[in-house]
Amino acid sequence: MPAREGRGAAVALRDVTISFRLGGTADFTAVEAASLTVEDGEFVAIVGPTGCGKSTLLNVAAGLLTPSAGSAEIFGAPLAGLNPDAGYLFQADALFPWKTAVENVAIGLEVVGVASAEARARAKEWLGRVGLAPFAGRYPHMLSGGQRKRVGLAQVLIRDPKILLMDEPFGPLDAQTRQIMGNLLLELWSADRKAVMFVTHDLEEAIALSDRVVIMSAGPAARIIGDWRVPLPRPRDIGEVKLDEAFHVLHRDIWAKLKDEVLKGYARTGGG
Amino acid sequence: MSRLTLLALQVLVAVVAIALWHVLTTVEIGGRMLLPPFFFSNPFDVAARIYKMFATGLVWRHLWVTLVESALAFVIGSVGGIVVGFWFARKPLVAAVFDPYVKMANALPRVVLAPIFTLWLGLGIWSKVALGVTLVFFIVFFNVYQGIKEVSPTVLANARMLGMNERQLMRHVYWPSALSWMFSSLHTSVGFAVVGAVVGEYLGSAAGLGYMIQQAEGVFDVAGVFAGMFVLAAFVIVIDAVVTLVENRLLVWRPAAAETRG
Repeated sequence: MPAREGRGAAVALRDVTISFRLGGTADFTAVEAASLTVEDGEFVAIVGPTGCGKSTLLNVAAGLLTPSAGSAEIFGAPLAGLNPDAGYLFQADALFPWKTAVENVAIGLEVVGVASAEARARAKEWLGRVGLAPFAGRYPHMLSGGQRKRVGLAQVLIRDPKILLMDEPFGPLDAQTRQIMGNLLLELWSADRKAVMFVTHDLEEAIALSDRVVIMSAGPAARIIGDWRVPLPRPRDIGEVKLDEAFHVLHRDIWAKLKDEVLKGYARTGGG
Repeated sequence: MSRLTLLALQVLVAVVAIALWHVLTTVEIGGRMLLPPFFFSNPFDVAARIYKMFATGLVWRHLWVTLVESALAFVIGSVGGIVVGFWFARKPLVAAVFDPYVKMANALPRVVLAPIFTLWLGLGIWSKVALGVTLVFFIVFFNVYQGIKEVSPTVLANARMLGMNERQLMRHVYWPSALSWMFSSLHTSVGFAVVGAVVGEYLGSAAGLGYMIQQAEGVFDVAGVFAGMFVLAAFVIVIDAVVTLVENRLLVWRPAAAETRG
């Protein structure tokens, strides 16, 4: 992958509007005029009520979705097609069910032409790094939800993407596993500080992990309505950082704004 | 329940059924046989007939012919189903154009084609293979088509984000997904290959299990008909066991709960 540091922000979304055509003439606008910049090495969390179009914004940065209006730039270059600098960790299970854990991780290298023996060796190494060395030969259905997320993380990181896009990756996990996965993510991230866009609906998780928290309004036509810096020192432990006074102050500030949007979101979706 | 008890119970069912068959066809109840031996033969005659079939070696040729026909029907039908399934799934326009014709061809009871195949291809194995192919093809075709259409959008998006090109998508995503659907219908498609072969033989041929049964029936040799049926049943059970072995080997990645599709 070409080195592109020093050529602008990792991700720069400018006035991005995303509309979908819903059968007939009615357009559904998911996100309206959203501008967001993620600097290289910066960990940005995007928080908003359910159905506010957070994932949609992520898909634009990934190049999976072309915005109806506005532009997306990656390291200063306009994004056309898929974003080759990005690794994407999906909310739903995205592993190949017909490949074992180690094959799932190795595939990321094999597609770019790394010889299969070397890809496997490095995949094993990565599985070790995410604590799954003994499970290399298991198929996804034999792994727990948390283990599958670990494989997914290794699958994405082995390609060494410059930008990491994460769509509520720990959403379906239980509270303890989320915390462990959060710490694992921070540990891996701190090794080479990629730019991260981390979508979540969990404000505590967002503050604990990130450098900046961006708040979106309730959809449809969601907008970015707030941007906070997280003044907590690194390295952090997710469990401990939540006891910090600064954490509480920030949480109160952001929540005051987010609460209304969450209620609006619930009113619109009927609590779903 | 232990394996042994289960096996004992399974054997018991066979013993009871055969005993009933024997009693009803050999012992007079109320002055007459409940099952006239002319129409139902009896277990000993049938067993003797089966023994004779194997002792004289006569049956092997027929078994072999049926096996070859089934295997050819399965292979040709599967290859055709895979190719057309892939083609249709990747080219929605083609699929849309041919859709009514596929539905029409699939709705047609295949037995009516047997005489035509006999006319076209003669009394040899190929008319039976053709009949089997028309059965196997549609099962494989629908499963492969579905397998490609039903690839999880997330898995597909993930594959694309990992940088796969069209060829790699084919190899790592579409192909395994299509095959998994095809394998999950393996019992059905192999079964239909045998049905095609036997029905084809029954309707006109010079060899095969269907031919054996048809010949016996033609001379009111009920023992021969039953003997042929039992050999056919055993043949199908053996093939099914082989399919189960292959399936377990190929679908090792799949959770056990999701193994019945098609």
